[in-house]
Amino acid sequence: MKLLEFLKRERKKSASVAKERLQIIVAHQRSQRGQPDYMPLLERELLEVIRRYVHVDDDAIQISLDSEDNCSVLELNVTLPKS
Amino acid sequence: MARIIVVTSGKGGVGKTTSAAAISTGLALRGKKTVVIDFDVGLRNLDLIMGCERRVVYDLVNVIQGEAGLNQALIRDKRVENLFILPASQTRDKDALTQEGVAEILEKLKDEFDFIICDSPAGIERGAQLAMYFADEAIVVTNPEVSSVRDSDRILGLLASKTQRAERGGDPIKEHLLVTRYNPERVTTGDMLTLEDIREILSVHLLGLIPESEAVLRASNQGVPVTHDASSDAGQAYSDTVSRLLGEELPLRFHEVQRKGLLSRMFGGSRR
Repeated sequence: MKLLEFLKRERKKSASVAKERLQIIVAHQRSQRGQPDYMPLLERELLEVIRRYVHVDDDAIQISLDSEDNCSVLELNVTLPKS
Repeated sequence: MARIIVVTSGKGGVGKTTSAAAISTGLALRGKKTVVIDFDVGLRNLDLIMGCERRVVYDLVNVIQGEAGLNQALIRDKRVENLFILPASQTRDKDALTQEGVAEILEKLKDEFDFIICDSPAGIERGAQLAMYFADEAIVVTNPEVSSVRDSDRILGLLASKTQRAERGGDPIKEHLLVTRYNPERVTTGDMLTLEDIREILSVHLLGLIPESEAVLRASNQGVPVTHDASSDAGQAYSDTVSRLLGEELPLRFHEVQRKGLLSRMFGGSRR
């Protein structure tokens, strides 16, 4: 039975694995495109400040910068754990 | 007025210098007055690929620092008329390259040439940024391999933000994709990203496809750009690429497995 399963299992082609991985990483890269260089550091430091008061996970903070006509809006979303 | 084209990739070893040499040779063979500039200060190699390494006297940094005139530093190609090489410096530190200096050189070359090809160093540091800064067009050289495709995407981001055209907000840089070292056999067996995969991920106009070819190493061994090897697959593929750069529309070649004839099957003909 095991042998049959082994024979039936089709090996996933490495090129399609490569494509899937690239699509994810490229989408992530593009979301960061055009944002100022200080954003990653700002994100990390904000996380540190929040952690002085509440324990949150690394991915509990979302930060984005949107430009409008004359100004930029820094949007910060923090998901706090249920207390 | 010259078209300034940067040949860039982010990742090293994908074929930037080979492509810069082959494309500028192809342009000159079509009668276009072309200069190819090596921006890889500290690690120059374009001179070797072009076969003029023993004729380098002055370089890009000498010209920027006023130690030599532009015409003293330009090397005339031995094989093709209308082709000139401006080598990179080998010893000086990278800070010797200044934006003002590069601007001044390009300004002078613009009036005299039809094409200025800037061979970018790998990476995204100063040399690479200066090579792309003044460009009108960019040829992004990409291998069908994950790290190369990812780095190409990073370079596309920089082309759209850290160049003169991006800063001035006029027409953006025209981006072209050049896929090199493509191996149709491995694509067929599912072990190499297909051309379509790469186009889909990067969404850039495809300028050309260069198959993995023994002719490329042979060309660099001899210091003769592969475009001169007109019987080779890579030579023909670069020649097609040049035609497309000049506005011709040509069908793609060498992206499918070549069916072998009886003779080459019997005698084990290898990729030319």
